[in-house]
Amino acid sequence: MASSQPVKPPLASQPSQVQRRSQPGLRYPSSGKTIYHRPLNRSRTQELSQASFAYLFGEMVSYAQKRVTGIQDLEKRYEFPPSATTESNLQSMIYAKLFLSTYRLNVQGHPIGLKLLDLLLYREPPRTQTRPLNIIALLQFITTVLWRHLFSRPADALEKSSNPETPEEYMISDNEPLVNQYISVPKEMSQLNCAAFVAGIVEGVCDGAGFPAKVTAHSVGKGEEGELWPGKTVFLIKFQPEVVEREAYLGRS
Amino acid sequence: MSYYFAIIGTQDNPLFEYEFGSSKQGGDGVARFPEQARHMNQFIVHSSLDIVEEVQWASGQMYLKCIDRFYNNYVSCFMTGGNVKFFLLHAPSQPASSTATRASTSIAANPTAPQTEEAIKQFFNEIYENWVKTIMNPFYQVNMEVKSPVFRSRVAAAGKKYL
Repeated sequence: MASSQPVKPPLASQPSQVQRRSQPGLRYPSSGKTIYHRPLNRSRTQELSQASFAYLFGEMVSYAQKRVTGIQDLEKRYEFPPSATTESNLQSMIYAKLFLSTYRLNVQGHPIGLKLLDLLLYREPPRTQTRPLNIIALLQFITTVLWRHLFSRPADALEKSSNPETPEEYMISDNEPLVNQYISVPKEMSQLNCAAFVAGIVEGVCDGAGFPAKVTAHSVGKGEEGELWPGKTVFLIKFQPEVVEREAYLGRS
Repeated sequence: MSYYFAIIGTQDNPLFEYEFGSSKQGGDGVARFPEQARHMNQFIVHSSLDIVEEVQWASGQMYLKCIDRFYNNYVSCFMTGGNVKFFLLHAPSQPASSTATRASTSIAANPTAPQTEEAIKQFFNEIYENWVKTIMNPFYQVNMEVKSPVFRSRVAAAGKKYL
């Protein structure tokens, strides 16, 4: 009987042998410690090396730009603005590259936002461990708790759109995004802002908390000499109409 | 007392299920749902989802306490920041009314007593810690079923410790 069984790793003390045998792909680390054995709290001083992050992020940006072959493929897969196709071929190629890079960076950031939302809420002290219930609470969580966790400083400004036609738009400004510090964008791609990655993280937090939104990163530096913040970036948060509707309803009751 | 614990994702999809019994007051930790009512557990928890959607915007607390009741089944809920819901259906072995006369203080007999509420809160908090660890796995995507045997054993341990 025993000889017919597959060879088992020497982890007899672990429970649920049956389940492990039915999933041959599952392996435990040799130390026997899984992600569940690690603590969730970290001390404040533990930070990552910025040099290694810059290297990794540079690779992510170039990956996001690879394999852009043509505009037809894009139109089919994404909501691609049709106006782009009327321009010259070179122009539309650049546009395609720009659009796809932004999209891919955003997609890479999104799951991080979903995960960080719960991690950061878990780390909050028990008395303030509450889910954000309105837009302002959510945005304050993003500009303080999230920003501090990612960049060890709060965001520089949080504004509501002053245009009465777009009450669902909010803006978070960062004078000097950490992710862009070692990224130089070529002139013909000047519309590309690699903080789209951070926009993806913010979008993930909003979506996860039940406030679906579209978040985009825009450079607002004018490129003039002697400018105080040449890399200033504004994250435009556009909530879905149902969020605004719910907000109005909850505010009344 | 018998318990049925379920984790429900953001699309009202089940991610994890676990059935267990009370380990306090000499309980053996085995769920004793009547055979003809056991299949109703999923149904009762699913019907509570509507109530959660109302309650979740009233308070920012994650622990929403006992939100629903179906005959002798009580449903407690905990909502994570990412809109994932933990449900605990608890069914006292005897109907609550018959034991109330004895003024018993055990968790098993008083499904809505403050002590029970507190015990369930601690249970949920421990699950939440393990849940955050689960989603921190870089290979875990939102609304994926949780199959880890380690997670299952952690849920079992939390149930044994508090309920």
